Amino acid sequence: MHELPVTQSILNIVLKHAQMNNVKKIHAINLAIGEMSDLENEWVQRYFDYLSKDTVAQGARLNIERTPVVLKCESCSNNFEVDIKKMEDIVCPQCGEKKFSLLSGREYYIKNMEAE
Amino acid sequence: MDEIQLIEIKEDILSDNKNLADDLRQRLKQEKTFVLNLMSSPGAGKTSVILKTIAALKDRFHIGVLEADIDSIVDSEKVASAGVQAVQLRTGGFCHLDAPMVMKGLEAFDLKSLDVVIIENVGNLVCPAEFDTGAIKNAMILSVPEGDDKPLKYPLMFSICDVLLVNKIDYLGLSDFDMDILKKRVISLNPNITIIEVSCKTGDGIDEWAEWLGREVERFIGK
Repeated sequence: MHELPVTQSILNIVLKHAQMNNVKKIHAINLAIGEMSDLENEWVQRYFDYLSKDTVAQGARLNIERTPVVLKCESCSNNFEVDIKKMEDIVCPQCGEKKFSLLSGREYYIKNMEAE
Repeated sequence: MDEIQLIEIKEDILSDNKNLADDLRQRLKQEKTFVLNLMSSPGAGKTSVILKTIAALKDRFHIGVLEADIDSIVDSEKVASAGVQAVQLRTGGFCHLDAPMVMKGLEAFDLKSLDVVIIENVGNLVCPAEFDTGAIKNAMILSVPEGDDKPLKYPLMFSICDVLLVNKIDYLGLSDFDMDILKKRVISLNPNITIIEVSCKTGDGIDEWAEWLGREVERFIGK
């Protein structure tokens, strides 16, 4: 639902880097978005196509890599991946404790772009 | 045709908003004004909780309310009639508040004269979770009729809040809502969250909530 401001922000950042690098055309943008985000890939692309008209980013393909939710056990420091839709009664697979901190899964990150 | 090259960017998409939110928190510290960001789905009881909170704390603190609504002013009228400063921010279709919008809304208050501003965010469990508003603490309300499965559907919202109010507990007898399962699900996502059961209808739990908020406000403004 909040794809529009996020997409605008992606466009602003890539245009800034395009200018810094004298880019004529952006072909693809590679993003890393955490599994915890509700962003819909299809909508982001659709908004991007709309917002990027008449810029060097027009026609660029957005490749979205989903980064998994990784928890760190606060008692034994073990890191492990979890399925966010099944986060009901998670215990650390190593020591059985139930206190964690979130290591990844909330990313909203532009990695790089393919441009000429 | 020029060769295609890979240009490293490595930037956080929401960094502008996060930086502005951090600036706002710095400013609130100087002004000694605590800001609470209150979120929930539509109809969970945000306005009712705010009215109860005002009644419980208005003798202790000077309170302001920033109401975000897609297109109406009914909530701010209700809140203003409770005797506190209320400002309505019409989001015009926007599904959440971000730091620049909150800054703009706060300009309408004289922050020096206020101890607490409660933001009533847009009713939505998805988008508001993603945007840091610059608030000092995040609170959410889940009402019993919504069901105990919401942490599975909206994990981000439950994971970013400091406190969860489970409202409308007067409905518990009429529903199959399982409080123990709800708490287990929420704590899996967010082991440090405080969970308080309330009913705006009967007043149950409101004292506990007001005590939690009052303690956080005093800690922040150093009263």
